[in-house]
Amino acid sequence: MRSNTVKDTTPRASIGLKLATLGALLFLHLPLLVVIMYAFTTDEASFSFPPPGLTTRWFVDVFNRPDFRSALGLSLAVAAVSTFIALILGTLLALAIYRSKFFGREAISLLVILPIALPGIVTGIALRSAISLTGINFSFWTIVIGHATFCIVTVYNNAVARLRRTNYSQIEASMDLGASTFQTFRYVILPNIATSLLAGGMLAFALSFDEVIVTTFTAGQQQTMPIWIYSQLFRTRDRPITNVAAVFVIAATFIPILLAYRFTNENRE
Amino acid sequence: MATRLQSASPPSLPRRIGAFFFRHPNWSLAALLLLPMLWLGVFYLGSLGALLTQSFFRLDGFTGRIVRQFGLETYQKQLFTPANMDIVLRTFLTASAVTIASALIAFPLAYYMARYASYRVRGLLYLLVLLPLWSSYIVRVYTWKIILAQEGVLTWFINGLGLSGVLRAVLDIPVIGGPSLSISLLGTFIVFVYIWLPYMILPINAALERVPKSVIEASGDLGAPPGYTFRRIILPLAWPGVVAGSIFTFSLTLGDYIIPGIIGNSSFFIGQAVFVQQGTAGNIPLAAAFTVIPVAIMAVYLLIARWQGAFDAL
Repeated sequence: MRSNTVKDTTPRASIGLKLATLGALLFLHLPLLVVIMYAFTTDEASFSFPPPGLTTRWFVDVFNRPDFRSALGLSLAVAAVSTFIALILGTLLALAIYRSKFFGREAISLLVILPIALPGIVTGIALRSAISLTGINFSFWTIVIGHATFCIVTVYNNAVARLRRTNYSQIEASMDLGASTFQTFRYVILPNIATSLLAGGMLAFALSFDEVIVTTFTAGQQQTMPIWIYSQLFRTRDRPITNVAAVFVIAATFIPILLAYRFTNENRE
Repeated sequence: MATRLQSASPPSLPRRIGAFFFRHPNWSLAALLLLPMLWLGVFYLGSLGALLTQSFFRLDGFTGRIVRQFGLETYQKQLFTPANMDIVLRTFLTASAVTIASALIAFPLAYYMARYASYRVRGLLYLLVLLPLWSSYIVRVYTWKIILAQEGVLTWFINGLGLSGVLRAVLDIPVIGGPSLSISLLGTFIVFVYIWLPYMILPINAALERVPKSVIEASGDLGAPPGYTFRRIILPLAWPGVVAGSIFTFSLTLGDYIIPGIIGNSSFFIGQAVFVQQGTAGNIPLAAAFTVIPVAIMAVYLLIARWQGAFDAL
C-alpha cells in the first residue's frame, strides 16, 4: 500500500488470522480457568454449571487429608532427586556432544530423545519388566529411575543450546592461561551454562512432578501427586478435594515454568 | 608463564588428569559419555530390548506361565486378531485426526506469532503456549471431564446458544458419538487435540521464524499476490515444522492410555490394551507384542519425517 514509507514495513494481520489466534489461545487457557473456578464450588456431588454457590472451605479440608499430603511429599522428593540425576547426566552428555564429531553422535542424540519420543507406555512397561527381572522392589527409587530417564533430555537440550552459543575461545583462553580442565569447567563453562542448567532443571522438575504414564508402571504401592489425582477421578465422593488438589498442582507447575522461562530469555539478547 | 608453572612444584594429580584428558580428546569424550551411556545405552536400551525379546515368548494358556521359547505364536495367535486390529485401527485413525486438527489450529497462531506479533507480544504468546505444555497433564485432562460432563460447562453454553439439537445430532453419529461428549470418541479426540496442541505450535513457529523476511519481500516485489506467496513460499518452508510437530501429536496419541480411559467410550486404544494385558491379564508377551505396533508405526513415521526435513526443524 504505502511501500515507500519507511515505518510501514511490518504487514498487518487479517481479522481472520487474529480471530484464529485468539481462538487457539482461548482453547488453550479457558479450561484451566474452569478447574480453578470449580475449586470454589459448593456443589459436592456433580459438575453442575453454573456453580450453585462459592466457598473456600475445600482449601482447608485438603490439607487435613493424609493421602494428599503424602502424595505431595512423594512427588516433590521424586522430582528433586530425578532432576538432580538428570542435571548430572544431561550436562555430561551436552559437554560430550556439542563440539565433537564422532561416530554415533547422531545415534546418541536420538537416544536422549527416545524416552520422550517413544510412547510413554513403551518406556513404562520396558522399565517395569527390566526392574522386576533384577528383583528390586518397586519403590521410591524405581520411580526416580523412570523419571530421570526422560528428564535427561530437557537438561541436555538446554545445555547444548547454550554451549553452542558460548564462544569456544573463552575455554581455549582459560586452558592457555594455565587453568586445569576442572578449573575451566568450574570458572568458565559452568558460569556460562548456569542459567540454562537452571532452566533445564526447572523443566525437568515440572516434567517429573507431572508424569503419570511411566510412573504407573514404575511405582509400587505409593502414589505420586498425579497418580493420586488419577485415582481420585474414579472416586466421585471426593470431587471438591480433587478440584482443590488440581489447583495446587497447577500452581506447583506454573512457578518453575515461569522461572525457567526467565532464565532462558535473560541471556538471549 | 609456562616456565613459571613448570619450575613450581610438580603438577597435582587433578591437574595431571585434566592435562591427560586435554591431550586425549577421545578419552575425555569417553569419560563424559560413560555415565550417561550406562544409563541410557545399557539400562534403557537394554530394557527396550528385553521387552522386544519377551514379545517372542508366549503365555501358556493352561499354567498361566510364560514359556521362554522363541517363536511368533504370540503375534500370530493373540495379537493379529480382528478385535486387536480394530484397536490398532481406531488408535491410528484417532492419532491421524488429532494430528491434522492440531496442525490446523496451531498454524494460524504460530503464523501470527512469527510474522505479525511485536517483540513483546511474541514473548507473551510464547509463554502462553509454554505454560499449558509444561503444566499438569492429569489436571488438564481432568478439567475436560468437568467441561464435557452432561451437567457441565459446555452443555450449558450449547443450551444457552440454543444448539442442543445440533449437539444431539452430532452425538447420534455412530462410532464418534455416544450418550454424552465425555463418553464419546469425539470427546476423546477433543481432549487429545487440547493436550498436544502446544507440541504442534512450537515447531511450526520455529520453522516460520526461520523464513527470511527478504524472501517474502522478494516474492511480493516480483509481483506475487499475498496468497500466492503464502502457498508457494511460506507454506513449503514451514512444512518441516508441521511434520516435526506431527511427530509429537501422533506419537503421544498412539501411546496414551489415560485420556481414552477418562474421556471416551469403553472401546480400547493401544495403550489401554497394553496396560490391561500386562496388568490384570498378566500376559506380558502379548503386552510386549502390542507395544511393538506403536513403535513400528513411529519408526516408519520418523523415516518419513526425516525425509520431509522435520529433524532440521526441531
